[in-house]
Amino acid sequence: MIGLSDYLFVAAILFAISVAGIIINRKNVITLLMCIELMLLSVNINFIAFSRYLDDLQGQIFVFFILTVAAAEAAIGLAILVALFRNRSTIDVEELNQLKG
Amino acid sequence: MQTTLLTIVLLPLMGALIAGLFGKQIGERGAHGVTIIGVGVACLLSFQLMWGMIEGDIPNVNLTIYQWGTMGGLSLEVGFLLDSLSALMLCVVTFVSLMVHIYTIGYMKGDPGYQRFFSYISLFTFAMLMLVLANNFLQLFFGWEAVGLVSYLLIGFWFKKDSAVFANLKAFLVNRVGDFGFLIGIAGVLYYFGSLDYQTVFAQATVVAAEGATLSLGFGEWSAITFICICLFIGAMGKSAQVPLHVWLPDSMEGPTPISALIHAATMVTAGVFMVSRMSPLFELSTTALSFVLIIGAITAFFMGLLGIVQNDIKRVVAYSTLSQLGYMVAALGASAYAASMFHLMTHAFFKALLFLAAGSVIVGMHHVQDIRKMGNIRKYMPITWITALIGTLALVGMPFFSGFYSKDAIIEAVGHASLVGSDFAYYCLLFGVFFTALYSFRMFFLVFHTKERMNADTRQHLQESPRVIWIPLVLLAIPSVMIAWWTAEPLLFGNFFNDAIRVQPEHNTLAMVSRQFVDVWSFALHGFQTLPFWLMMAGLFTALLVYVIKPSLSESIANQFAPLKRLLDNHYYFDAFNQKVIVPITMMAGKGLSKFGDEKLIDGLAVNGSAKLVNAVGQISRKFQSGYLYHYALMMLIGLLAASIWFFWPQLNV
Repeated sequence: MIGLSDYLFVAAILFAISVAGIIINRKNVITLLMCIELMLLSVNINFIAFSRYLDDLQGQIFVFFILTVAAAEAAIGLAILVALFRNRSTIDVEELNQLKG
Repeated sequence: MQTTLLTIVLLPLMGALIAGLFGKQIGERGAHGVTIIGVGVACLLSFQLMWGMIEGDIPNVNLTIYQWGTMGGLSLEVGFLLDSLSALMLCVVTFVSLMVHIYTIGYMKGDPGYQRFFSYISLFTFAMLMLVLANNFLQLFFGWEAVGLVSYLLIGFWFKKDSAVFANLKAFLVNRVGDFGFLIGIAGVLYYFGSLDYQTVFAQATVVAAEGATLSLGFGEWSAITFICICLFIGAMGKSAQVPLHVWLPDSMEGPTPISALIHAATMVTAGVFMVSRMSPLFELSTTALSFVLIIGAITAFFMGLLGIVQNDIKRVVAYSTLSQLGYMVAALGASAYAASMFHLMTHAFFKALLFLAAGSVIVGMHHVQDIRKMGNIRKYMPITWITALIGTLALVGMPFFSGFYSKDAIIEAVGHASLVGSDFAYYCLLFGVFFTALYSFRMFFLVFHTKERMNADTRQHLQESPRVIWIPLVLLAIPSVMIAWWTAEPLLFGNFFNDAIRVQPEHNTLAMVSRQFVDVWSFALHGFQTLPFWLMMAGLFTALLVYVIKPSLSESIANQFAPLKRLLDNHYYFDAFNQKVIVPITMMAGKGLSKFGDEKLIDGLAVNGSAKLVNAVGQISRKFQSGYLYHYALMMLIGLLAASIWFFWPQLNV
């Protein structure tokens, strides 16, 4: 029988992978965006798992909202990427250090 | 009553403000008009008050005019205390000030700073009245500093003269030394009595003394009262020019003569004497402080009188005479003869102002030549000045029946009766001081008004009696110089006029011992002919006559015979040299050290630049975190989140 903890493990692993992706990845901004999406998905899994476990629909409603926001965010993120590429003609993370103090 | 007192105090201030701020608009006539009216009305009101107090119509008042702040339980107030002491001072200050105002019209005629001068002397009158009328230490200190400030401004009145600027700076700095002691004394009063109000403090004085609070200064235990009194007296030493803080007074003669008369002879320099009299309930409780006061006064009286003999500047002779007379007053304070001291203060104010103004009249006549070696036989040209100067001189040397005689004789007798440490020394100082007083006074008098004419022909041609505005004040001052003591000696010295203001312990009451021989003022004066001071004075007179008139060559040979003494006197006992060679370098070194180490290193280096440097260093380190790489920020966020959650959930985790 697949219990709650299994779902949580999967979600935690997914989350950890996405965090590692954000930190370790030094090349491509698209990967970064994808990692953020993955992070949101892992959170979604948590929500659904708890929703089932607690027999409460609120969690599933939340997931719908998160998915919507994630879609919008992905669209904006890609648009920013395009603008970035037009300006700097690169999307290499190593070279995007204009925030440096 | 409140209105009267306020009018007396504020009218001179108003005059000063109008003459000072609108001098150009109101012109010279307006300037002297408005200030003289102000001081004149104040003078009339003062005499009216005095009369009322003598008649008994006006009771003593102690009122608070205005409270300008509270600090904890301490209330800072402006208030007036009218009693015999302040009433007497009111009359003396306003009267002499009025005379000087009138005199100034003639003396300062045509000076570019005419309005400024009137503004200053009126301001001085205001400050002095505030000092005199104060009912608390804070206002006393305000008046104290304000008269010091005006004194500074007036000594440097001719600010284009280097010597005047040097002199006013010197006066200011020397007074700073005294004021520092004074301030510590006031702080001591506040610490031990918890109040700055005279009446509260005086009421508690015996209690605090009985408690016997002591404080350790590194050299033995001091009783609190002694400490307070000596500190307060150090303030008086600065203001009243007592050895060794006297060095500023002779130099202050750089100022115009009217202010030498008003500030540096009659009123301001007596502020210290007045203050000690006012504090008599405190000083009476400390014989150590009284001894100190007595000895300092006696030293000043004798040794400064000696210096008067070798001066050649007419004003400096009078200045050293002032120092010496202040010494007499202070010595009287030390002998607990406060009344005698205040009495001498009053008579001295009249005759010393008279002498100064007479000297000023001569200076005007001589076209600002002040060297008595270039004068002589001025009596022929300036008869009124001559007779008034003679009256002033006779009063100064203590000729019986003149006012100076009563006050000086009372002081010498009182000191003779004193039984403090050093009172014998003081007595002899004062006694032989009389001889030298007569010697330098008549030396100056003869050299200026008699002997042969030594001025150049040009000056002689223009030599004539001074205008009316100059000689009328001389005459008006000469009258009290002769007669004031005839009516005032008895109530002031031996009566109970001062009983409400001055407290004397019965065992110190030297004046009471003097009063045993006292019948009335005439027999007192007649008795004066048989006493030692009179013969010493006559000896001084005849010595002066012999050495400077009959056989002028004698002064040369005497000077040669006592060459080392002459050199000592010519250098003013090396006080100035000592200050310049020792005190000034030490102070400069301390100042340099403080500025180099304290200011540049500690304040600028450590506090100001140091904190800037610290911020900079923190910035240098923390900017390393701002790499600009997104993943670094993300990592930081993550670590922060982790840290925060560990911090937050740590208790649960342990369970």
